[in-house]
Amino acid sequence: MAHIVIPPIRRLLARWGVHPDARKYPAAGLASLDAGLPPQLVVSLSQQAGAPARPVVRVGDHVLRGALLAEASGAVSAPLHAPTSGTVIAIGDAPMAHPSGLPGAAITLRPDGLDQWGERIGHPYPITLSPEEIAGRVSAAGIVGMGGAAFPSALKLSLGKRSNIDTVILNGSECEPYLSCDDRLMQECAADIIEGARLILRATGATRLLVGIEDNKPEAINAMKIAAHPYPEVSVIRMPSRYPMGSERQLIHTLTGIEPPAGGRSADVGVVAHNVGTALAVYRALRHGEPLTERLVTVAGGAVTSPRNLRVRIGTPLSWLFAQCGGLRSVPARLVVGGPMMGVGVSDVDIPVGKGTSGVLALTPAEVGEREPAACIRCGSCVTACPVGLMPLEMAARINANELGKAEDIGLGDCLTCGACGFVCPSRIPLVQYFAHARGELRARDRDRQRLERVRQLTEARAERIERAAREKAEMHARRKAERAAAAEAQARAKEKAETEENPA
Amino acid sequence: MNDVVHASPHALARRTSSQIMGLVMLALLPATLAGFWHFGWPAFCLWLVCIVACVLCEAICLQWSGRRVLPVLSDGSAALTGWLLALSLPPWAPWWLAVLGSAFAIVLAKQVFGGLGCNVFNPAMVGRTILLVSFPVQMTQWVSPLLLSQGTDLAQAISIGLSGAVPDAYTSASLLGHVKTELGRGIGLADAMQGVLPAGAWLGGRAGSLGETSSLLILLGGGFLVLKRVIGLRIPLGFMAGLCLPAAIAHALAPDAFLPPLAHLLSGGAMLGAFFIATDYVTSPSAPFGQWIFAVGAGLLTWLIRTWGGYPEGVGFAVLLMNAATPLLDMWARPRIFGRSLGGKALPARRARESVR
Repeated sequence: MAHIVIPPIRRLLARWGVHPDARKYPAAGLASLDAGLPPQLVVSLSQQAGAPARPVVRVGDHVLRGALLAEASGAVSAPLHAPTSGTVIAIGDAPMAHPSGLPGAAITLRPDGLDQWGERIGHPYPITLSPEEIAGRVSAAGIVGMGGAAFPSALKLSLGKRSNIDTVILNGSECEPYLSCDDRLMQECAADIIEGARLILRATGATRLLVGIEDNKPEAINAMKIAAHPYPEVSVIRMPSRYPMGSERQLIHTLTGIEPPAGGRSADVGVVAHNVGTALAVYRALRHGEPLTERLVTVAGGAVTSPRNLRVRIGTPLSWLFAQCGGLRSVPARLVVGGPMMGVGVSDVDIPVGKGTSGVLALTPAEVGEREPAACIRCGSCVTACPVGLMPLEMAARINANELGKAEDIGLGDCLTCGACGFVCPSRIPLVQYFAHARGELRARDRDRQRLERVRQLTEARAERIERAAREKAEMHARRKAERAAAAEAQARAKEKAETEENPA
Repeated sequence: MNDVVHASPHALARRTSSQIMGLVMLALLPATLAGFWHFGWPAFCLWLVCIVACVLCEAICLQWSGRRVLPVLSDGSAALTGWLLALSLPPWAPWWLAVLGSAFAIVLAKQVFGGLGCNVFNPAMVGRTILLVSFPVQMTQWVSPLLLSQGTDLAQAISIGLSGAVPDAYTSASLLGHVKTELGRGIGLADAMQGVLPAGAWLGGRAGSLGETSSLLILLGGGFLVLKRVIGLRIPLGFMAGLCLPAAIAHALAPDAFLPPLAHLLSGGAMLGAFFIATDYVTSPSAPFGQWIFAVGAGLLTWLIRTWGGYPEGVGFAVLLMNAATPLLDMWARPRIFGRSLGGKALPARRARESVR
């Protein structure tokens, strides 16, 4: 294991970010438990980034665990597998964790209680597989980014050849408060995570693996260092604890010193980042042939009786998770899927866990600290907090004045919506909401503009076509006329000639 | 559980706007108490009148513009404006001067622009400056510091506050005013400085505005604000540098005509300006580079006005002038966006291995 330390100067110069109360305990200190099987599992068809999956089962079908429920549709998508053995009882709309609060399409499964695996084809030495084979198996196992973005992982693996990736970053920062599922995972399955990460390394063709872990997780750092010890290409790096350290671009900058260009992808600088949970899923899929059907979820918040990390089948409803943690001890002010900084607030406890669900929080009013927004006092806390170097207060002022274009000019497009600005705002201004609204509005305007442009193009093309037809018609007329005239003239000349021949002299 | 879906983040830092105002008031307390101690009951009455007048003006404006009065008043910004205004007035100023200044500060400088967060100019400084320009006699009537015990009682204080008549026995001159007059008369600085500053001057034992005289206590309060992360170091340091550097150069070149930097720093409203006036969130830039320019500019202007201007003190004018530049600084001196050059173009893609080698 190569020993790498973040240079102090880089630590000193990076002055972005906030330090929210971590509140990771008691969940972080307790071994993870199996959540068991709920009475029914709701597997959302669009729990991955990109296109929704296309169902391949019918209502009434009996499936074994790991059986394909839905296949990937389109270039960016991922297949879904049965989280346990049971019967498909419905395919249709179900409540989902989406900011809009609207339901989404899902496959509902009633477990038969046997939890019987279907056929699993693993490989005793998956590291000997070819990069294409690894990417193919990862794709077939339905693995997506498990840090929350849920981007299909196989696509990031096959980037390697095109973009010449030289560094893989394993993201163990887990900078969101409350969440400790990655922390537990690194403590409990460090060796498997490192194996999975080495498979990712092989698939991308990169030559070094940097594991970044925030310094508030010393046990995880130790476990990962021990697991990484035999491999010279792997380095476990201690990072300062700061939100949003887990953001891909900030992570790359902290670990490598490279600042990925705005608007580009991390692959442009030869780096690709994966979550530790993803690495574990990759290992399980290749070594044991298990598709992604369960994940570790942190159940926490002041309203939860005994917060814990649970091994949860994809599709388990939130209410089941709370029940496994001793239930709720008070009425929560807010239910959140994900972390408190970027998670989605939900209002329904029947919402199912997805592949990207890292945490489920039931927060008390005191934790949420909700207050009515007051006037901006221009204190500049948001400017200091912004990891991207934006001026959130100025952007909000422009958006308030409905000058969205001007907000875009000063960097609205670079916003990560990490929520650091809204977190520190002493006036409680919902800055992230402003930015999300403005971006949505700009996208809508862009679509409208494109549609108008298309209509204009079509209209112009039609006008041109009509004009061309008219012109061609006129030209043809003219040509015909000319031909007729020429023919008549030739006839007249011939006649004249004939007459002169008939009457010589 | 309600059905409203909330936007992230679902956690908030604990500090609120009114807490910030409260911390600033707490930081002002030592210097204010020292002012009361040195200038007696009239100073306390003036402070009270300013705060009450500011809060009342704010309440009337809010009521008038049809906004909710109590939630906005409770943010404490009006009271803080009154407090700062009181600290910048002569300690024995008459009551009507205080009320007039408060009205200018709250109505003209703050509410006309749209209330908290919308004003371009520092309200307290607008109040003080209008008074200074309109009532130069009352605004430069300094009293020599007296300890509370040997000074005035409350009844006497009220009569002074009502009439504005300062008994001649108590009047005195501030250091800057004295030096300006003496230099104007052609007397060298060394002679002019003789006997102006008694021992303990930096703890407030000298003539000047209510809250500006005890420079060290202001520094203490400012340090508290910096430690509490209410203000940054950029504006205070920049202000002091902008004031002291030219003063040091000028003093080194002509010691008899220019005050030394320490005298500049510790007299007049310089410390109060550096830590409490120029650092006003609303009217100062919010990005680092802009803050430096703002602060150095304010310090430099203070020195220029003190040295060559018609008024002996220039902190108020300097801060107001730089306030006018703040919107421009905020637009022009924005921080660099991550992954972009200063001009806003995307950075070139640098490879990892190249940087390692």
